[in-house]
Parts: sequence; C-alpha cells; structure tokens
Amino acid sequence: MRTEAHPALAGIPLVVEGTPMVQVDSGNVPLLLHELRHALERLLKDGSTHIIDLRAIPLGPGEEERLLETLGTGEVRAEFTSLGRSVIEESAYPGLWRVTHWNTADEMTGRFLEVTFTPALLSSPPEDVSAGLDRLKTDLGG
Amino acid sequence: MGTLNLSATVGEQLRAQGVSRRGFMKFCSTMASVMALAPAFAPRIAAALDKAKRPSVIWLPFQECTGCTESLTRSHAPTIENLIFDAISLDYHETLQAAAGHQAEGARQKAMQDNWGEYFLAVDGSIPLANKGYSTIGGVSNVDLLQQVAKGAKAIIAIGTCASFGGLPKASPNPTGAVSVSDLIKDKPIINISGCPPIPIAITGVLAQVLTFGQLPELDHYGRPKAFYGQTIHDRCYRRPFYERGQFAETFDDEGAKQGWCLFKLGCKGPVTYNSCPTTKWNMGVSFPIESGHGCIGCSEPDFWDWQGVYRPLSTTRWGGYGALGVAAAAGVAVGAVAALAARRKQRPVGEDQP
Repeated sequence: MRTEAHPALAGIPLVVEGTPMVQVDSGNVPLLLHELRHALERLLKDGSTHIIDLRAIPLGPGEEERLLETLGTGEVRAEFTSLGRSVIEESAYPGLWRVTHWNTADEMTGRFLEVTFTPALLSSPPEDVSAGLDRLKTDLGG
Repeated sequence: MGTLNLSATVGEQLRAQGVSRRGFMKFCSTMASVMALAPAFAPRIAAALDKAKRPSVIWLPFQECTGCTESLTRSHAPTIENLIFDAISLDYHETLQAAAGHQAEGARQKAMQDNWGEYFLAVDGSIPLANKGYSTIGGVSNVDLLQQVAKGAKAIIAIGTCASFGGLPKASPNPTGAVSVSDLIKDKPIINISGCPPIPIAITGVLAQVLTFGQLPELDHYGRPKAFYGQTIHDRCYRRPFYERGQFAETFDDEGAKQGWCLFKLGCKGPVTYNSCPTTKWNMGVSFPIESGHGCIGCSEPDFWDWQGVYRPLSTTRWGGYGALGVAAAAGVAVGAVAALAARRKQRPVGEDQP
C-alpha cells in the first residue's frame, strides 16, 4: 500500500510503501477546541485576542490535519509574499483565523490560530505606507 | 561574512535586504515561536530588533565531528536560521569560512580586538587534556585557544553534547581526557545547547534571544535554556497517553509498534531526557525519532553514551525497576525545582560582572 509522503519529502524521488500512517489520538485536539471556544467568548465579551502557536503543541501524526479539518474554511482568504508566502484564512467560525508562514524555499516556518476580529498582518503597516508614499511621489516626479 | 554593514541594526539590515515591515513582523512572529515565547511577544521582538546591533560571534571547533555545524546549515536557504546569521556578524568559523591559515587566524584576532568584551564565543566539540597535541588549530592546542578567546567573550555558547558535557570523546574510557567548556571556564556566563546534534532552532533561538533582549535565557541546572530543555521528551511526547494506559510496543514489528504505542520497553530514554524534539521536530518539521518508530536515545543528557545500551529499557539499567523510576522522577522534580530556583537567581543581564 502506498502512503502519502510528508510535503517536505516531495522532492525525493522515492515512494514509500507500507502500512498507512497510524492515526494517533493524544487527546490534545478537543482541548485546543475548548481553548478556542473560551477565546471566542472573551473576544466577544471584552475584545481580548488570543493566539495559539501550533508548533508548541505536541500533536501526533494526523492530529493537526484533523484539527484544521474541524475548523473548516470561512469566507476570507488572503495571501502575501514577503520572506516567502503567508496565507491568512478565516475558519468556518468567524473570528478564528489560521495564519501560516512559509520561507522562500516553501518550507513551513510557522502556523498560528488567531482569535481576533482582524489579524494584524492584514493591515498595512504605517512604515510600509510611508515608504510607498515616497515611491509614489518619486514616480510623480516630486 | 564581511559584506554587511556592521554598524546597521538588525531591523535596518533586513530593510536593506528589501524586507517590508509586514515581512519583518512575520519574521518576528516566527522568531517568537523559535524562541519558545508566546506569540504576543512578537511586537516586543520587533521593537528590540529595530535597535539591536549585530553582535560579533567567534565559533571555535574542537574535538568534534562537525555534526553540530551540519545540523545548523543543513536546511534549504534562506531559512529563519539564515536570517539570524545575516543578523549576526559571524567573524570566525573554521569550517564555514573561505579564509585559511594566517589569514583566518588574523580575522579571529581582529574580531577579538575590535569587539573585546562584547563578542559571543560559540564552541562545538570537547577539549582534550590528556595530551595538548591531540587537537590543535594553527599549532595552538584547544585548551589554550579556548582560554585565550574566552577571556574577551561576553558569554559562551557551548553547542552540542561534546562542548556541553564532553560527549562521545568523553565516553568510557575517555582516551583523550576530554572535558566540557564549563569544566575549564568558570568566570563567564555559559549556555549549554546539548544534543548530538542539537536542534538547529535551539541554537538560533538562543542566539536570537541574546541578541533581542540582551539577556541570557533562563537556564536549567545543566546550564541549558529552559525554553528548549525545560521538559522531558516524555512530557511532550504524543505517545505519552499510551504510556499512561500501559500500552507498550514489545518489539519493533509487533501490533503495538504498528499502532504507535509507547516505546518505553524498547529502550526509549524520553522520560529522563530534556529536549524539545517532539514539538520542534527535525528535517524541516517532518518528524522526530519517536514519530519514526525509534525510542529517544537521550543524546542531550550528560554521559548518555555510557547508559548501557540504546535498546535496554530504563527499568533494567541504572534506574532500577519501574517503581524506582517513579520515585526517581518525583525526586528529580524536587531537585530540578531547587536547581531552577538557583539558576533564576544566577540569571542576570549579559555583560554584568564582566571584567
């Protein structure tokens, strides 16, 4: 039986044959879902935001995929490229966002779950606005 | 090395490379993750990096296999690690630098002279004392070179189990009389980043933390940063629930092994090994040894080479039976708590108490 290789191994011209990857249940997925529920309640109550770094959570094979599948896909998806690709997606639960960063070699460098009305990286930073304005002035000849 | 503007701050350096503010904030978010800090630290990291000057780093390789440097560099460029190295001034690294002979040694002397009292010294490999001639660089013995360069260092980062604890060269019968950096240097702050090799992110995370906040990270009783070595492999292992339920693989190909059960009975040293492999993982996040079906061998602990076999369960080695392990674990928590308190008391900004 062929198993799906980790994306990081895609460049290696080998096909893994054997039993499918065992789906392990560490019990962390439901805990994370409850944490997110409490965070959404706080967001509505007093506007406080919350971020979970998925890299810091011990998840077994297949658990991150199950978590993300449970969260589903919402209405908004944004992508920008700076030091590699980044994708900001709203989940099926508004106010709960999935933020994923890759480097220029397309290796994932971070994945966060953000509970907020608008993820900070969606806004234009004043420093970039200022630099852009300078460029526009130059393009207009002063 | 040597082509960047040394007077620029890290923020200026990244902007000069065309990185937007949004990209910089993304960089800071991933750096918070690398440093095992809460994501909310990202704006503070951004503010600090905007002002931080690029520190000089001198890297000395002693009795080592180069695995630690390989660990750091064996990733596709550019990565967070590469960015960090763009953000420091790596003035001497015998393995990586193009210069050789007198030119290389001259570069080290100049970096030391220009940054006396301010540079960071990174060391990989142990130091042989049985005979100074066992390991030399440019005719200078490891012990003499270490003592000479350590004098002007702000802090020392011992990279890998050899530099941290003596490692493989120190394994019984220790034919070269190998010792660790902290066995020889007593008057400088030393951070041990153990592992054979260490996780690359642990190396760069510590450099980033020192660079960002100007402080040594909080260390455990072995001088290791608690952000990466604060918990055992066992505590962070996704197979831990199987241990709690008493579900163990008995052989590497039985049904338990196929179901991903706990590898304790196959010699896993996770319960006594402090490291962050289960969450940081290896090979671009593919997996870590236990996820690949092999127990932890304890490579970040002192003297792990002499632990009487990779495949012997902890219960049949020096820790006694299962019951004794439980007692030992409880005692370990108590000892660890006292040591952590002592380490916190010792913690101070880098540069304090320097000559």
